[in-house]
Amino acid sequence: MKTCLVVDDSSVVRKIARRILEGLEFEVTEAEDGSKALEVCQHKLPDAVLLDWNMPVMDGFEFMGHMRRLPGGDQPKVVFCTTENNVAHIAQALSGGANEYIMKPFDKDIIADKFAEVGLIPVGQAMV
Amino acid sequence: MTPTEYEYLRKFLRDHSGLDLSADKQYLIESRLLPLARKAGISGIGELVQKLQGAGSGALVTSVVEAMTTNETFFFRDKVPFDHFRDTIMPEIIKARAGRRSVRIWCAAGSTGQEPYSLAMSLKEMGAALTGWRVEIIATDLSQEVLEKAKAGIYSQFEVQRGLPIQMLMKYFKQTGETWQINPELRAMIQHRQLNLLHDFAQLGTFDVIFCRNVLIYFDQDTKINIFNRLARQIEGDGFLVLGAAETVVGLTDTFRPIPERRGLYKPNDARAAAAKPALAGAAPRVAVMAGR
Repeated sequence: MKTCLVVDDSSVVRKIARRILEGLEFEVTEAEDGSKALEVCQHKLPDAVLLDWNMPVMDGFEFMGHMRRLPGGDQPKVVFCTTENNVAHIAQALSGGANEYIMKPFDKDIIADKFAEVGLIPVGQAMV
Repeated sequence: MTPTEYEYLRKFLRDHSGLDLSADKQYLIESRLLPLARKAGISGIGELVQKLQGAGSGALVTSVVEAMTTNETFFFRDKVPFDHFRDTIMPEIIKARAGRRSVRIWCAAGSTGQEPYSLAMSLKEMGAALTGWRVEIIATDLSQEVLEKAKAGIYSQFEVQRGLPIQMLMKYFKQTGETWQINPELRAMIQHRQLNLLHDFAQLGTFDVIFCRNVLIYFDQDTKINIFNRLARQIEGDGFLVLGAAETVVGLTDTFRPIPERRGLYKPNDARAAAAKPALAGAAPRVAVMAGR
């Protein structure tokens, strides 16, 4: 089973994302900010990270930078999932090593599409 | 929704549009018809069914059929046909049309534009291989309203997140507030025209590639056969027909044959295409190949 780390300071968003991702057969772990997420990654890297941008303590962009420098840290697919919906933020995320980018609000279809886009799930699954 | 109501709606849709729902599409009916019912001041599916059964329900019948048959569409829908377009169709066309350096593509159910724009983006991504080529994409749809949206090329944040890789969004769209508009250069690649597939479409000319996805499912057998036969007359002898994932020509007509290992891809059958277009079908591609050498 593939693993996904959901990083968001909203417990509601984490819960919704967890439900969607478990439906897509991911084993889900949660973190409420970038620093907690980094601890998780230092212990064991997930296959995917669904990543909010604005969070207390350490934001998503800073977390991604640290994670990418861990041994094997280039492997996880990072999908941003944030209310920051402008071109400048998207460009910054992509050049900083993000694989995909979701502009909130999101739903199951968008997550499935984007995860299929970066090869985390087969394309057919996204079509359901 | 009671089983009786569901069965009524299934039969109703089959009779009015040819739409053939399987036994488990309750969610589809609810997601499409509940908003419509609410707008019409109808309390739910039960009352909607009663109204449909009653006299003088003409306008309601039309809106129910439209709500059920209007296809959800998103960029690079189903993915696989666009991989075929990039990896099979265009490489062959580029070779075969090297002489005249032009390609004509028809999106026969262009809808709100996601399909023709996906093709336009695919072509752009091919870069140098198509430099100097004349590319024509004709997108047709039954509905004028839908065509207007396609022409404008403006999509909501929700729409641009369905099927479109983020890199392509950044490359080919411009953000305006909460919406995204496809670049003028890509909009200029497409001609939008209103067309009913039941009517004559010979005036559109001959195409190298025809995308006709997820529209024939709404027609009955005879109409499908008729449309396939007429499509065969509009396609080059070495052209490609692309159908939706749930569609096939098999068992309906021998004017097209499936390409093995390429699901959804069809070629006109030489003999039949030649019969339909005696002067052109056989000769045209050969001339093009020769001119390319």
